[in-house]
Amino acid sequence: MSALNIKKGATSHSAYNLKSGYVDTVERHTLAILVENEPGTLARVIGLFAGRGYNIESLTVAETDHHGHLSRITIVTSGTPQVIEQIKAQLGRIVPVHRVNDLTVEGPSVERELALFKVAGKGDARIEAVRLADIFRANVVDSTLESFVFEVVGTSEKIDAFAELMRPLGLTEVVRTGIAALSRGT
Amino acid sequence: MTKAMTGAKMVVQALVDQGVDVVFGYPGGAVLPIYDEIFQQNHIQHVLVRHEQGAVHAAEGYARSTGKLGVALVTSGPGATNAVTGLTDALLDSIPILVLTGQVPTFMIGSDAFQEADTVGITRPCTKHNWLVKDTDDLARTIHEACHVATAGRPGPVLVDIPKDVQFATGTYTAKTGRRSHYNPQVKGDINAITDLVKALEKAKRPLFYTGGGVINSGDAATQLLRELVAATNFPITSTLMGLGCYPASGDNWLGMLGMHGLYEANMAMHDCDLMINIGARFDDRITGVVEKFSPNSKKAHIDIDPSSINKVIHVDIPIVGDIAHVLEDLLKVWKSRGRKTNAEGVSKWWDQINEWRSIDCLKFTQTGKVIKPQYALSRLEALTKKYDRYITTEVGQHQMWAAQYLGFEDPNRWMTSGGLGTMGYGTPASIGVQMAHRDSLVINVAGEASWLMNMQEMGTAMQYKLPVKQFILNNERLGMVRQWQELLHGERYSSSWSESLPDFVKLAEAFGAKGIICSDPADLDDAIMEMITYDGPVIFDCLVEKHENCFPMIPSGKAHNDMILGENADTANAIQGAGGALV
Repeated sequence: MSALNIKKGATSHSAYNLKSGYVDTVERHTLAILVENEPGTLARVIGLFAGRGYNIESLTVAETDHHGHLSRITIVTSGTPQVIEQIKAQLGRIVPVHRVNDLTVEGPSVERELALFKVAGKGDARIEAVRLADIFRANVVDSTLESFVFEVVGTSEKIDAFAELMRPLGLTEVVRTGIAALSRGT
Repeated sequence: MTKAMTGAKMVVQALVDQGVDVVFGYPGGAVLPIYDEIFQQNHIQHVLVRHEQGAVHAAEGYARSTGKLGVALVTSGPGATNAVTGLTDALLDSIPILVLTGQVPTFMIGSDAFQEADTVGITRPCTKHNWLVKDTDDLARTIHEACHVATAGRPGPVLVDIPKDVQFATGTYTAKTGRRSHYNPQVKGDINAITDLVKALEKAKRPLFYTGGGVINSGDAATQLLRELVAATNFPITSTLMGLGCYPASGDNWLGMLGMHGLYEANMAMHDCDLMINIGARFDDRITGVVEKFSPNSKKAHIDIDPSSINKVIHVDIPIVGDIAHVLEDLLKVWKSRGRKTNAEGVSKWWDQINEWRSIDCLKFTQTGKVIKPQYALSRLEALTKKYDRYITTEVGQHQMWAAQYLGFEDPNRWMTSGGLGTMGYGTPASIGVQMAHRDSLVINVAGEASWLMNMQEMGTAMQYKLPVKQFILNNERLGMVRQWQELLHGERYSSSWSESLPDFVKLAEAFGAKGIICSDPADLDDAIMEMITYDGPVIFDCLVEKHENCFPMIPSGKAHNDMILGENADTANAIQGAGGALV
């Protein structure tokens, strides 16, 4: 049947212009959503994801333009290309949403996350923790005789890797901010 | 214009400035200041309903029959929660309504005060947008913005929650043209996409217009342009339940409604077409059935003002985001400038095929014996009322589908029904809202006895405001559609689907001070209907019909459009099989 050259992922919904984009592979997308900073806006965005069964992998939000009364929400979500398109369209429909940008497809972007790690230990483990923290350019933001709090900034993968290394050295608590992202260039 | 006034006065002033003339509502503690203002003015008429759900459905009926914004006013707590069904109904059917709710004073919010509910929280998923106003200075601007949001783009319900202290306090009134809203949906369609559609139109051998409520929401210009386009191209046209009236039922190209209980020719055309032009419809599951089997060989175009409707259910080849009237205007311009071409030969063959399907006469029925068939009742209602300036509302169920099949609509805004949400109890209050907007017209609520009982308290409203609404009840003493599904899917085990202990509808009418008519003999039906029409006041018409009539044609769940159960002598034994049984 390969001679027919039917594109992978073609659906039976339409006989024409079968887009190879409509496949069932799940993709991860980072969305930047500029919203009016008014009460209930975040609830609307989260309610949309909950109500329509979309995933939220990470969410950060803060006011970014005090004068203009605007906040920026960064959501990392996952779904098939069709679901991602629908998520963006549904977000765009929320009245206080000004703009939705898909940083994953709209050219290159940078992503950063901040995490705090509390590592408790004595002796060699304690020394090893500080040594590794130095390699990861983590800052020590608090210290007692039996613990450190490290601050790490970087991609989610870097933070995952740091967490793996700290676990055997007495990692007791972690907090992560979730991803903040910006498109590169002007 | 900026002026100092109380919040309560601002509410009335803002509504007057928005051109609102009727408000449907029910007072309570948290809206007393607003009711006090309403008492002291003559610009806005307040209609006291008997239940807050009735207020919202009445506002919907008003909005849908006029194309204007409908307004409801209710109190906090239970007043607001009773409005939730109406809000959801308006959201699913894209009806522009504004609901104003009272709220406990700002300093008591969050204290579980008497009649306190988190109204904006509860109604967030069932409004297009909502606001809690905490400062009187923001109140007028918020109401103006709410009216704009309700009517701009894809219309929908909005809610403004107003704490009682905000109503009492004095603030500065902001006039309607105060601040420009950032909410301005795109109305012009992409001209390249429109040109692509024109090219497809020119070549299509088996084209079909599939229209929906969006055409009616777009306004009279959209309806006119659609009719011009259909006449110029000679393409067949079908419509969803919500779009009935955008093309006249007497028009030559009309195939009738499509979908689960749509006409055979409409569904067969949908299945076999090679170009589907969706104008303001949303591929609802009542239309598509199983999406894998939906119109498998067609190129699909979709014109919709809401980008989220496009590719939501069915992937389309030519998406056009924009207002129907704007897009159709451009479409006609481009088509004309390219020489008004169609594949006339192909389309002519297509019509031969369609006329063959039409000859099946899928709505045929035989009225015999002494029991009225519901199809017969509606055929007679149609014959006897179609010359009138007529508006029809319905409840939800078999009678609703029969009304869609057997009544003809020549113009938009004449057919008010709960499509998306399927709200039993919608019709009676909606008929009141319609009659308030059209005092001298004939307004008929086609109902089933079970649905009708859900909001029958509104007969009191009809009496109080002398609204001569006609309640035409097809009484089969069954929840007919539920019973039909139990017959087809659940081995004829009729669990709780009969109406026991029904009231005597004639006595009930008399108790309200209305007229009651009962009819059980087909020979008496015409006279009885004429008596209903000519009576100057509200009527409850108890039409006793065949109890076990099924609503056909029907696409059973899990089946394709070309696999319908037709009417008379239908084989229903194995209609629904396998996974289809899990669908609703």
